[in-house]
Amino acid sequence: MALTIVGMMVVTFLPRVMPVWFLSSRGLPPLVVAWLRFVPPTVLAALTLPALVIQEGKLALGWNNLYLLAGIPTLLVAWRTRSLFVPLLTGMGLVALARLLGWG
Amino acid sequence: MIHDGGRVKYLFMNEPAISTNDLPAQDIRLKQIQRGMLRTLPVLMGYVPVGFAYGVLANKAGLPVFHTLLMSLIVYAGSAQLIAVTLFSSGIAPLSIIATTFIVNLRHFLFSAAFAPHLTGWRKRELAGFAFELTDETFALHSTRFAEGPATKTEIFASNITAQVTWVISTILGMTAGNLIGDVKPFGLDYALPAMFIALLVMQVKDRLHALAALAAGVFSVLLLMAGVTQWNVILATLVAATLGLMVEQWTKK
Repeated sequence: MALTIVGMMVVTFLPRVMPVWFLSSRGLPPLVVAWLRFVPPTVLAALTLPALVIQEGKLALGWNNLYLLAGIPTLLVAWRTRSLFVPLLTGMGLVALARLLGWG
Repeated sequence: MIHDGGRVKYLFMNEPAISTNDLPAQDIRLKQIQRGMLRTLPVLMGYVPVGFAYGVLANKAGLPVFHTLLMSLIVYAGSAQLIAVTLFSSGIAPLSIIATTFIVNLRHFLFSAAFAPHLTGWRKRELAGFAFELTDETFALHSTRFAEGPATKTEIFASNITAQVTWVISTILGMTAGNLIGDVKPFGLDYALPAMFIALLVMQVKDRLHALAALAAGVFSVLLLMAGVTQWNVILATLVAATLGLMVEQWTKK
């Protein structure tokens, strides 16, 4: 497990350090830069959507899916505030509140 | 008495000399550290709940204290750490965990590339120290800072170190609280990761094409999961959607 974590460190650190070490003088080919620009939104969406719509291995698009429902106000708040803190508290707060009221 | 008086006078006489030569430089340094720490406050507001949630969830998933802390110390990537908790507890193969971490954190490559022009004249090991603590949040923070004008290494490092120390402390608090909390669900702590992803995603979507590519990636990822591709769905969906996005972008440009 510790070895896996060291592996995680290596693959996290390399993409973080390579550009500042080697890119200051010469840049990347424009096509690579354009492709890399698609990586942050796509990887985050590929992680987020399954977390919202899949429950216990099954597609759940109904009203009883609290994760999906809370995702809508969280998304709106994130859009308006462009912060990490406010949508985080909104999402977690709504989920906690809904459970307090016996939902999901 | 006289001797003592002389000593006091001697010390006193020397004070102005010290302050004019050494203190100003030190003062400037202190001011820079202070400014770096103060600027980091908004980041800390995000780090405390996420770091706390990570600590609690790792504890609940049965991850050892050493490994939980080790990730906060040497990997230092919130979303990857939270994903790793799920992956470790469901017994996913190490190679797959490392590959997922790589793809999830590949976005930092872009952040680092964006800073390269601002960090000319930094030594290799200073750059390594800077890059080691480059996260989504410190990226947002430093982009704003560099847009205002050149920043000193002292200020930047003060920011980064404050951020990571807070991250590690939040992890410890979460691990400790994990022993006290019976179930994370009434607190909505299990929603920390989805909520953070939503917030990060919104920050990363700059135009309609990138939003469409993101939607495609999300749908691909869900379809792959439904088809039984449970370990590589994120990586495959990202590669396909990013490439499709690039093709559409290049095609519509001409």
